[in-house]
Amino acid sequence: MSETTASALPLAAVLVPVGAAMLASLTTGRWPNLRDAWATLAGIAMVAITVVMLTDTLDGRIHRTVLLELSPGIDIALRADPAGMIFGLLVSVLWVLAGVYAVGYMRGEHEQKQTRFFTAFALSIATVAGVALAENLLTFVLFYELLSLFTYPLVTHRETETALVAGRKYLAYTLSGGLMLIGATAWLHVLGVDATFQAGGFLDGAGLDSATQWGLFVLLAGGVGVKAGVMPLHSWLPSAMVAPTPVSALLHAVAVVKAGVFGMVRVGVFVFGAALLDDMGAWLVLAVMSAGTLLIASILALRHDNLKRRLAYSTISHLSYIVLGVALIGPLALTGALLHIVGHGVTKITLFFVAGAIHVRTHKENVSDLDGIGRQMPITMGSFALASLSMVGIPPFILFTSKLYLGWGAVEVGQQVFLIVYLVSGLLAAGYLFPIVIRAFLRSSPDHTRYGEADVRMVAPIAVTAILALVWGIAPDLPLGFFELASTVADAAFPQSVALAGGTP
Amino acid sequence: MEQQLPAFIVGAPLLFSVIVPILGRKWRQSAFVISVATVAVAAVASALSLERVLRDGTFRYYLGGWEPPVGIEWVIDEVAAVVSLVVTSVSLLVLVSTRRWAEREAGDRPGVFYGLVLLLLAGLTGIVITGDLFNLFVFLEIASLAAYALVFIGGRRAMLAGFRYLIIGSIGGAFYLLGVGFIYFATGTLNMIEARQLLVEAESTRAVQVGAVFIFTGLGLKMALVPMHLWLPDAYEHAPSSVNSLIAPVMTKVAAYAMLRMFLSVFPPGYLSGAVPVADALLILGLVGIVFGSVAAAGQTDIRRMLAYSSISQLAFIAVGIGLGTPLALAAALLHVVNHAAMKATLFLATASVRFRVGLQRTHNLAGLGPRMPLTMGAFAVGSVAMVGIPPTAGFFSKWYMVQAGVDQGQWVVVVVVLLSSLLTAVYLFKVLEQVYLRPAKPEPSAHHDDEHDSPVDSAPQPAEQEAIRPVVERAREAPWDIWVPLVLLAAATVILGVFNVVIMEHVLLPGVEVS
Repeated sequence: MSETTASALPLAAVLVPVGAAMLASLTTGRWPNLRDAWATLAGIAMVAITVVMLTDTLDGRIHRTVLLELSPGIDIALRADPAGMIFGLLVSVLWVLAGVYAVGYMRGEHEQKQTRFFTAFALSIATVAGVALAENLLTFVLFYELLSLFTYPLVTHRETETALVAGRKYLAYTLSGGLMLIGATAWLHVLGVDATFQAGGFLDGAGLDSATQWGLFVLLAGGVGVKAGVMPLHSWLPSAMVAPTPVSALLHAVAVVKAGVFGMVRVGVFVFGAALLDDMGAWLVLAVMSAGTLLIASILALRHDNLKRRLAYSTISHLSYIVLGVALIGPLALTGALLHIVGHGVTKITLFFVAGAIHVRTHKENVSDLDGIGRQMPITMGSFALASLSMVGIPPFILFTSKLYLGWGAVEVGQQVFLIVYLVSGLLAAGYLFPIVIRAFLRSSPDHTRYGEADVRMVAPIAVTAILALVWGIAPDLPLGFFELASTVADAAFPQSVALAGGTP
Repeated sequence: MEQQLPAFIVGAPLLFSVIVPILGRKWRQSAFVISVATVAVAAVASALSLERVLRDGTFRYYLGGWEPPVGIEWVIDEVAAVVSLVVTSVSLLVLVSTRRWAEREAGDRPGVFYGLVLLLLAGLTGIVITGDLFNLFVFLEIASLAAYALVFIGGRRAMLAGFRYLIIGSIGGAFYLLGVGFIYFATGTLNMIEARQLLVEAESTRAVQVGAVFIFTGLGLKMALVPMHLWLPDAYEHAPSSVNSLIAPVMTKVAAYAMLRMFLSVFPPGYLSGAVPVADALLILGLVGIVFGSVAAAGQTDIRRMLAYSSISQLAFIAVGIGLGTPLALAAALLHVVNHAAMKATLFLATASVRFRVGLQRTHNLAGLGPRMPLTMGAFAVGSVAMVGIPPTAGFFSKWYMVQAGVDQGQWVVVVVVLLSSLLTAVYLFKVLEQVYLRPAKPEPSAHHDDEHDSPVDSAPQPAEQEAIRPVVERAREAPWDIWVPLVLLAAATVILGVFNVVIMEHVLLPGVEVS
């Protein structure tokens, strides 16, 4: 079915951002243009690398790098398998855009210590690539922990008291999550289980007793659940919004939290596997928790006036869409969950980009201040409107496609109640996003200041991501094969129902 | 030649500890040069011994050619070779990095200072490679006496701290000796291997049990096992910078090693968990110590005192490994001996470097130093991350193996505490990093709490050095290269030790604990 070939490309995908970080820190603020160019150049290189791997992955040839033995019997190994490729592609494409955007934002806001910012940013991307391509649990944990570390200076970038407190909270949560994973990984190693990710779950058939399975489940799901923002482990996320907006956009809407939900995919599908989750009944725990998170976070989003906070709660809600999709253990739901990773990534990054652009131009942070802004920043707010439509799940945007699969998946496994949850949450999303669009376009500005569009380095990425949300909605395979990858994963995870998953809506 | 390697490891420092003070009286500069050369020789001899052990297996050295049971034997196995290599090479880097401090603190008698340092090292390496119970006591006292004297150099406050250290340390030594006496009465030998064979055959008599308790109390005092730790924070805080950077990474670690040696080479397995549950006691005290040390460290404002409590916590970690007693746990404990030596040396040297430039040691006064002393603080950050145990740094792997050992034994409390210790460590070290990198420099050191003495003047520079010390952080600059190069090397070592831990574990530590 698929063969692996030894290749340096997965490693290169991780090392390219590391190189960018080193170059950025060596270039320093003396040559700011050169320093900031590294990220974009590296981003393009990273996209090229992932695209090369993608063609082979789709053909069933998986690139794999084995680095060195990290612990007796466990290698650091990177592998471009379909699931990892979805995440890796998404991150590398969005890094290019966020890299450009970040330059405009950081200069527009006259932020301090930009060299540190760009260095830590690139290092975070490198670790996310590592999380995406990790072949086994220990490699995953390695990058997952480093991700917490490298994002810490970004969260605390502003160096205000609030930022420092948020940073402490962030570290406390994410390090605890990492420790749970470390505990579980060590436990598995002692049990003699080979913790190489495997579609269908490497624990399935490992012959563990029920208490051990549950213990491992709590540690693993809890460990990744922290970054996935599953309630009650979510409270670091709104606090982390104190970071500069490019960080909130790429890291706390895409990379870090997606590392969490991607970890949930790994845990659910590649560690436990559908059959075992079903036997244990663990899926129900996960489903109920994520469904609760999904609804509560949507409701909380309604009452936040601060735009970034509102988006943060929206993020928490949408992350749980994905977790619920994994918990439903059906091929359609899984396809939907994987598409939702992509769709939410590209959509939410647009919304955050817009929030940042508004702040740079107008220094406004609250929804109630945004009256009439649409006419002054038409491209920006137009993109916001497109992204809002996508968030709510209006066809033909990408989040419609993913929600369709998620909802269909809920029905497929006979859990209509979760279909209702998805639908209600879609309505709530309309409730917290559409008023912003309405205010922006239909009300008139109270103060008669004329704000123009932000810097082109900010507006262009915004427009591109908004258009991507539309394009990928119409054709999710164009040009990066997200749908094909997602259904490949689903096929591998549920071999018995290939026929069903292969269908098209 | 190869057969004589042990003589170089222990003998060279011992010999030159006498020669250096004599030469140092006349040629002051010679003291430093000769000492560094001596320690380098010992380090090279350790490396060669390690190479030989890996090639040919354990080898023995009969002191003066007298074979046991009459004579004293030194035994170099994998574990001894690697620990001796770590002790000597870390000391070498520390000696180079603290040269300027030593010049300042040793005053006009550098010969005596370096003589004591070499004596300390002779004692430490002796403890590591000896195969004789009484000989171990001798080296333990040599090292301790040298350490007391070195602590005394630190001035008036150090006198008090050093005196307490001396009293408690001597009691520890006496306990150990008493214990050895009991073993001697029961077995009629002082040779570790022979004692072990006799103990395997003999029944566990009351005398041996009492002996075991004395030995463990004595070594527990030396390794500052909670609640026998009271001497350590004061001694570390008030000792001169050139001294605490040296004794903190290696001294207590060697005591822990001696404790481990008792398990590996003297008492048969299971001997210490029956009638006299020494292993369990170590385990429990270790678990308490991990938490206590970290919590106490979080409450400190003096960075050296904070690192001292951190050492208590880390030594307790090693005690937990010994207490668990499985090969994996012992290997993890040994790995931590190695790792912690590198990590603590990094942190203490960085602290010394900061004090050298700005003379400050209160954590809240270090704000804004990050960009101004990038190498020093970068090394401190790497050391901190390693202490917290973020993979792939060294600290992660000792925890990783220890957690495995805990799971393996079904000791869930161990698993939880070891994992939690990571978080507790993060609390006190990130507190410092936050100050250093994320807060703006204060124009003047703030004088709240009890830090009336935390002013740049406190470090009492020699008049000639006055220029080198800038009173405020804002004007701070990177330390001279001979301070930061060893520091950066050590910081790099904490990462390299982590990435290549498998080499050490598979080839050195695991075989080392299996053999015995």
